[in-house]
Amino acid sequence: MSTDKVVKLADLNKPSFVLSDEERHEIEHALTHYPDGRAASIDALKAVQKHRGWVPDDAIPVIAEAIGISAADLEGVATFYSLIFRRPVGRHVIKVCDSISCHLTGYDELRGELEKQLGIRFGQTTRDGRYTLLPICCLGACDRGATMMIDDDLHGPVEPKDVAAILGNYQ
Amino acid sequence: MSTLRSAKDPNYQKPLTRLIDTAAGPLDLKSHEAEGGYSALRKAIKELKPQDVQAKVKEANLRGRGGAGFPTGIKWSLIPMGPDAGTKYIVCNADEMEPGTFKDRLLMEQAPHQLVEAMALAGYAIQAQTGYIFLRGEYVVAAERLNRAIAEARAAGLLGKNVLGGEWSFELYVHTGAGRYICGEETALINSLEGRRANPRAKPPFPQIAGLWGRPTIVNNVETLSNIPHILLNGPTWFKELNQGKTSDAGTKLYGVSGRANKPGCWELPMGTTARELLEVHAGGMRGGKKLKAWLPGGASTDFLLPEHLDLPMDFDTIARAGSRMGTGLITVVAEDQSIVSAVRNLEEFFARESCGWCTPCRDGLPWTVKILRAIENGQGKTGDIEQLSKMTRWLGPGRTFCAHAPGAMEPLQSAIKYFRDEFEIGIVCDIDEVKPDVCTLPAGLPDITDDRDLATKKAS
Repeated sequence: MSTDKVVKLADLNKPSFVLSDEERHEIEHALTHYPDGRAASIDALKAVQKHRGWVPDDAIPVIAEAIGISAADLEGVATFYSLIFRRPVGRHVIKVCDSISCHLTGYDELRGELEKQLGIRFGQTTRDGRYTLLPICCLGACDRGATMMIDDDLHGPVEPKDVAAILGNYQ
Repeated sequence: MSTLRSAKDPNYQKPLTRLIDTAAGPLDLKSHEAEGGYSALRKAIKELKPQDVQAKVKEANLRGRGGAGFPTGIKWSLIPMGPDAGTKYIVCNADEMEPGTFKDRLLMEQAPHQLVEAMALAGYAIQAQTGYIFLRGEYVVAAERLNRAIAEARAAGLLGKNVLGGEWSFELYVHTGAGRYICGEETALINSLEGRRANPRAKPPFPQIAGLWGRPTIVNNVETLSNIPHILLNGPTWFKELNQGKTSDAGTKLYGVSGRANKPGCWELPMGTTARELLEVHAGGMRGGKKLKAWLPGGASTDFLLPEHLDLPMDFDTIARAGSRMGTGLITVVAEDQSIVSAVRNLEEFFARESCGWCTPCRDGLPWTVKILRAIENGQGKTGDIEQLSKMTRWLGPGRTFCAHAPGAMEPLQSAIKYFRDEFEIGIVCDIDEVKPDVCTLPAGLPDITDDRDLATKKAS
């Protein structure tokens, strides 16, 4: 019991969020592209997300300070864009195109198969922390429907029978 | 795609894709220059005044390939010129997210130097000091290849301080987004580029007067820009004749087919090519021998057309006269055994999710529309639902909203109701509370639910 308390008090004294040197370097590089630091908002959020998978709440004031805007403004940006993740995600993020061309070429079946094999629905992460499943708008590969992206890789056309083999490549 | 790499032919007919060989990947700077790349930029810097570049593009009658078809030369002509004009920006709209559209990806992944040269030329024409390529975040391959092309061009003096030894300096950056379809709207894109939420801005002032950071800004689509080096090299007359007399619109167009076609794809063809040629010749017809039921001419925000419209030349004015828009020119085909209600529900779900939420008709009207469509799709629509959907197409129509998002969303809906009203009616259940069972005429194809005790009980409770 007493040990638990000590750990908790120690946690309170820890700085909540510190940018790594790499993250800080990437943010500073992005700042050189614009005459106004605010414009680096998305680059900066993406830099943190690249290294941590998502953008925790306590990162917002730190990133905001690095680019010279208020935490409230950055929060407004961070909550607007669908590809900035504000909750932890799995090691691999699966983005399934749910737009019209894929709708006409097997999206329902692909989504169903993914949900069945992973045991999760859109917005959820598998218990082992391996996959997060998300919908995404048209991936601009409509000639290859039904499509999905896993991390930075585009897959298509994907039929339900292909799903197991593709997932196997992402451990 | 074409595997032709013979740029030296002065009469080339497919300027945008002539150097594209998808199996081999994009050309590096040296190979690109060996095929004539950057010679338009060299010519412009040495021989042409910025106004001359503008004049050639105007004379070529190049129209915006992002969907609206606005004449590029006229857009450019609104930008302040002269020594007192100050800081200006050229921005490439590379946020390709219109459902059914997959042309800019090809140009950026396979011909990145073409776009880099085009950005420099457009920047020179309007005397911008800085350019940004606003690229959607998911296009990771395009980002990598564009950044590599920019680095090569900068190292060769084609970008940066004193481009090609002249007086004009130009920096070019790739800015990658983080999702949200609305970023493709010109003024929302500018807000997003400034690091704000991508809400559209009020117009006027137009971006040409007050755009990025309040400065004069031109925003052009990837395909639009990619035409510019070729217009400068070969002249406006050559460009106008690329359509082979099929239409009054100039140039070639990256057309495409997706949906249930045998060989979906994207091809550069003369402007004014018919949708029939796209579908039957290039895409090999409908898959499984099915008949075509309907098609979207150029993205989710265009009105459906029918098989009877297939022989119209695909150009901005002709498709507009048929009651739709050419949009991006990449058609999406729906087969006879596919549900139009389901397709429209999918389209409206997309628009509802992607609404920025700024104005009420769009933010609240689109989810309402989705709710009704889901009910109809599940055979649980109510009497009056179709009339309500028709009202939506007016309430969310042009002039009622801050930007074109909701009016665009209404285009496929209004045309689906116009052409396929019977499919909507099948999903309407007669309201048994209002109508006596014996006078209720059920639409064909629906089971007689008045005998269904479960449903009747639910309805009563």
